[in-house]
Amino acid sequence: MAPDAVATLPDQAMAPEPWRIHSVRRDVASNEVLSWTLYPEPGVEPGAAPAPGQFNMLYLFGVGEVPISVSAITDDGGIVHTIRAVGSVTRAMQDLEAGTVVGLRGPFGTAWPLEQARGRDLVLVAGGIGLAPLRPVIHAALQRRSEFGRVVVCYGARSPGDMIFRDELDAWAARDDVDLRITVDRGTAAWRGDVGVVTQLVDRGGFDRRNTLALTCGPEVMMRFTASALERRGLKPEDIYVSMERNMRCAVGFCGHCQIGAHFVCRDGPVFPYPVMEPAFRVREL
Amino acid sequence: MEVIAPQAVDTLIRLLAGEGYEVVGPTRRDGAIVYDRVGGLEDLPVGWTDEQAPGHYRLRERDDDALFGYVVGPHSWKKYLFPPEETLFRLTRQPDGSFVTEPGTSDAPRRAFIGMRACELAAIDVQDRVFLGQAVQDRGYAARRRDLFMVAVSCAEPGGTCFCASMDTGPRAREGFDLALTEVIDATQHFLVAEAGSEAGRAMLDRLDPRPASDAEQAATERVWAEAPEKMGRQMPADAREVLNRAFEHPRWEETAERCLSCSNCTLVCPTCFCSQVEEVPDLEGQRTERVRRWDSCFNQEHSHLVGGPHHESVAARYRQWITHKLATWHDQFGTSGCVGCGRCITWCPVGIDITEEVTAVRRDPEGRG
Repeated sequence: MAPDAVATLPDQAMAPEPWRIHSVRRDVASNEVLSWTLYPEPGVEPGAAPAPGQFNMLYLFGVGEVPISVSAITDDGGIVHTIRAVGSVTRAMQDLEAGTVVGLRGPFGTAWPLEQARGRDLVLVAGGIGLAPLRPVIHAALQRRSEFGRVVVCYGARSPGDMIFRDELDAWAARDDVDLRITVDRGTAAWRGDVGVVTQLVDRGGFDRRNTLALTCGPEVMMRFTASALERRGLKPEDIYVSMERNMRCAVGFCGHCQIGAHFVCRDGPVFPYPVMEPAFRVREL
Repeated sequence: MEVIAPQAVDTLIRLLAGEGYEVVGPTRRDGAIVYDRVGGLEDLPVGWTDEQAPGHYRLRERDDDALFGYVVGPHSWKKYLFPPEETLFRLTRQPDGSFVTEPGTSDAPRRAFIGMRACELAAIDVQDRVFLGQAVQDRGYAARRRDLFMVAVSCAEPGGTCFCASMDTGPRAREGFDLALTEVIDATQHFLVAEAGSEAGRAMLDRLDPRPASDAEQAATERVWAEAPEKMGRQMPADAREVLNRAFEHPRWEETAERCLSCSNCTLVCPTCFCSQVEEVPDLEGQRTERVRRWDSCFNQEHSHLVGGPHHESVAARYRQWITHKLATWHDQFGTSGCVGCGRCITWCPVGIDITEEVTAVRRDPEGRG
């Protein structure tokens, strides 16, 4: 007996399509973090433009596939992905040069709820490479600056040398309509800024506790303490959004690897309201 | 109520083969009942039964010639609809550095399944929700599922690890089949009651020489249906979902982990477990490569791989993930339990961990005071 309505799979959801690396940006002295600007090869019909917070599956021929968030969207259909070379696939991606063709499928997952932030203060709290998925939110907020109240960006890096997108950080710091706060775990002799955890930057307030949307991305322990700090400043838990990382492989809810409780991070996330993810921060190995 | 003779099952297999179906059914191999190609009644385990208990499975001869006098073995129909290994895509490098992607060969003959138990029909419904019920559908699963001819058998003698009655999935096959059979055998009679569940099933049944059941045959069949649920070896508490949703930090998981070998047998024999991984299989020249999907298990450490190490590092976390997903969070994801009560995970666990006993233990002591 046949089940009702059997349709077939849209190929681009599962099959990598060829995109070419137009340019490579290497951000950290160790070469550990790189950003690719990708354009589709002729004949590829890109799907919907990714929304800030979503991810694509990036594929290296003969090697494998990894989920990577979108760190910028260009005006002419290009997508920027920022990759930290820490696993077998991403290390193989590390030394690729402009002109190389890689595979891409997506976009997948949920987006940051930027529309909910209209008319409100926007607080973004990023830890390490977690700045990358929040970066398109900053771009969008600056492009539509008048739609938002105060824009506060808190960024924590391991050391000054580990900071990514330095040129953009400098540009944001120079603007008087963005409140950029940076801290590092370990300073250097030349470092004149803050040293310490990123939650200290949140503790300084400077946003309307009754009318703020906060988005945070970074290590889980950092997001957990950030959420606590935001709650101490008077935010309601539902005004806080987090971006989760799990072992996303298929990106469409088939492979089972990325579950957190009832949620498939690939399908129901990676961006979640904080109250939905609160048990995952509390229960070990959930 | 319509009756067919045991020999009609042989006719059924041959008719289906004649219509171009690859006919698959229970056969006896390596001391177990497994699913494989069947050409006629001679390939079925006629006159055999199975003994099942936690960590225990033995075949033994019956003292009659029942065609379906056993329950489910280590295989499930999952191996045909969601094969253990499947090439999803073949990719070929192009001279300009790009590549082309073609679908992998999809092995999708029209198949007829003979002897599906009610729990197995339920299991296919569960996997349909995973592979056909989400935004993206699985191409290979859809193709293999589409033309299936399904012959169900209502269990007359549930096994020692069966608990489908408490999962409300059996033992009687009620829907989702083309034909359903109930076998009645005793010292004086041997016949099968046949019910059609589709037009194709009706047409096939008409070719099997059916006749109306006598009053005595009807009464005997109804007795089989009424008594089978009482013969279940086990029972799942009805509130398993609520029990597990409150038990994330229950000490029971640590205790179970002391016995659990994390071998993944339970997930491999489970007819609904759907975890898979895709491996890259390149050729030696680096010009062609394949994306090959294989069954995976949440008991493998790599399953929860993250940069900092596996998220489910402890066996306790892996066991909790499996049982909680199966019986609780599956409801949230797919609107049904992920467990159909077939008992395979109990029988084929090398140390005999019993999913019904685990839920019962947590339920009895929700605070974990011991």
